[in-house]
Amino acid sequence: MKILTGNDLKSGAVVWWDGSDWSLHIEDAVDVGDNAESIMAREESARRVNVPYALAATLTDGVPRPDHIKDRIRALGPTVRPDLTLKPADPEVGNWVI
Amino acid sequence: MYQYDQYDQAMVDARVAEFRDQAQRRLEGKLSEDQFKPLRLMNGLYLQLHAYMLRVAIPYGTLNSTQMHALADIADKYDRGYGHFTTRQNIQYNWIKLEDAGDILADLAKVEMHAIQTSGNCIRNISSDHFAGAAQDELVDPRPYAELLRQWSSFHPEFMYLPRKFKIAVIASGTDRAAMKLHDIGIQIVKNDAGEIGASFFVGGGMGRTPMIAPNIRDFVPLDQLITYAEACLRVYNRYGRRDNKYKARIKILVHELGAEEYTRQVEEEFAHLLEQGIEPPLAELERIKTYFTDPAFEDGPKTVDRSDPDFALWVDRNTHRHKHDSYVSAVISLKPVGGIPGDATAEQMHLMADLAKEYSFDEMRVMHTQNVVLPHVKIADLHALWAKLDAADLGTPNLDQIGDIIACPGLDYCSLANARSIPLAQKISERFAANGKQDKLGELKLKISGCINACGHHHAGHIGILGVDKKGVENYQLSLGGSEAEDTALGKITGRGFDEAGVIDAVDTVTDVYLQHKQGEERFLDTYNRIGMAPFKEALYD
Ligand code: HEM
Ligand code: SF4
Repeated sequence: MKILTGNDLKSGAVVWWDGSDWSLHIEDAVDVGDNAESIMAREESARRVNVPYALAATLTDGVPRPDHIKDRIRALGPTVRPDLTLKPADPEVGNWVI
Repeated sequence: MYQYDQYDQAMVDARVAEFRDQAQRRLEGKLSEDQFKPLRLMNGLYLQLHAYMLRVAIPYGTLNSTQMHALADIADKYDRGYGHFTTRQNIQYNWIKLEDAGDILADLAKVEMHAIQTSGNCIRNISSDHFAGAAQDELVDPRPYAELLRQWSSFHPEFMYLPRKFKIAVIASGTDRAAMKLHDIGIQIVKNDAGEIGASFFVGGGMGRTPMIAPNIRDFVPLDQLITYAEACLRVYNRYGRRDNKYKARIKILVHELGAEEYTRQVEEEFAHLLEQGIEPPLAELERIKTYFTDPAFEDGPKTVDRSDPDFALWVDRNTHRHKHDSYVSAVISLKPVGGIPGDATAEQMHLMADLAKEYSFDEMRVMHTQNVVLPHVKIADLHALWAKLDAADLGTPNLDQIGDIIACPGLDYCSLANARSIPLAQKISERFAANGKQDKLGELKLKISGCINACGHHHAGHIGILGVDKKGVENYQLSLGGSEAEDTALGKITGRGFDEAGVIDAVDTVTDVYLQHKQGEERFLDTYNRIGMAPFKEALYD
């Protein structure tokens, strides 16, 4: 599948396109098929996202899992600071990245 | 320490107002990211893997406790309670919001700090010896010269848009603690046969994808021509440095391709021309700057410590450095606890370091390029009290220049350019060597890790270097041996094919075994490597 990510303009936070808005959680990311370019152009010019890009992901256990480790770390947060990731309470979360 | 005059303060304040306005216009959509990016980069604001990142300049790594408290407050108020001290003696924050950037710069300006020229193709923060003004082996304090160069290079209109970024280091002792020859310009303050002080210029060093050791292009520039000579070096580069290919745009490539001799000839020609124009600031300016760097009021006191506590004695042996006054030492605060993140400090730790600097070190601290912090002037009589407070805050790890004192760049945990993570490797290596007791047998061993070829973690210059590479989307690590960034500067050589994460940690273990088997007398790892060469290491790793 093809999903979209970018950063929130104000906070810089990593966000994912959920079909109608930008979510902090990759679980919400939807397959954009061939519409990546048009969505990114529209959303960026509306200042709803900063420097968006499309990436390949594979649906794994119902959650889109980016094919590249860099995007998995973006989705989660720094692997060396589990307390600062989006899932601070999940001890298994590192396995999802690697 | 240097203090801003009205001009410095006015310039910094004006920049805060300007950037506040630019950020506001970006937030309102009046500027596109393409328009805004060069503006934010001029103020140290990057967009990284998880958020905006702000790099704050710490000129030649020197700061006082008010400034350190302010850095801690920024970590608390605008970030997530910590900061990362870098190999260029600066600090970075990883979780900055664009809406806060103006306020942060204003808070910095109140304590004579800023983020100007910490990014972009300009002359960056000038780095120096972290023991400057304290070391027993220095000729003079190098910081007044670094400060003079800082003033010359700040907002220098001709050098705001260079072909590429430009880094300068200044030292004044035969022992190089600033990786001077791995800078675009390295300056060593020296004394000539006539007993005069001057500057020796090394130009065209650097790390990155094409590491080079800077050749010495002039062994003595009189002090009243220092700025003119630096200007000549930059001018020739600015004129001929390549702007069409960013990988070939650094001065090291120009010096290499022209040849040091031809580059030097052109610099000398430009220098002769510039001398006629009288651009050099009057020597009185240097003298004025020097008055900010006079010695504090040192007092005589005990010259030895009570070594009955072995933990304390070990810390004294490893983490203190000889001072020019024999009742004092420079004490190194390790930001490398076993299993910790190299260079990270929490806001509480920063506040504590600031308080300890005030109490024990004449209100002064230095950031080291090895990502530790120095209290430059500590009375030997105060060492035990200082150590006890550091130890209680996990800041007393006795590992300066040991295998656990690892330089690691942020790598793939934070950096969008990375191929692989650096920090977890550093954590696991420091844990392994602390647990198996081997660190204590190894002596000085400098291990440096970068997550990509940009070499922010100085891996080329590690006695052992590790470079993260991307092997079809999987993290992989190349090992190199024999690098150094001290006075015996050398570039490491790659051992052979790369390793996965567990493999490279084992490989580090293996090469240290080879060292211990072959070590003669007091040889350091690097000495043994230089004597026996790569072959025995390769054999142990791959056969
Ligand atoms: C996370 C954000 C960072 C980014 C995007 C970044 C980017 C880069 C790039 C692109 C280069 C290569 C420049 C060139 O060869 O022309 C470089 C070099 C370097 N960076 Fe970083 N860096 C980052 C963080 C750091 C940190 C945290 C440190 C200190 C630990 C650091 C210290 C250096 C040093 C010392 C060099 C080598 C300079 C040379 O080539 O001579 N950087 N960086
Ligand atoms: S060396 Fe590469 S991975 Fe590490 S901080 Fe520099 S650019 Fe990022």
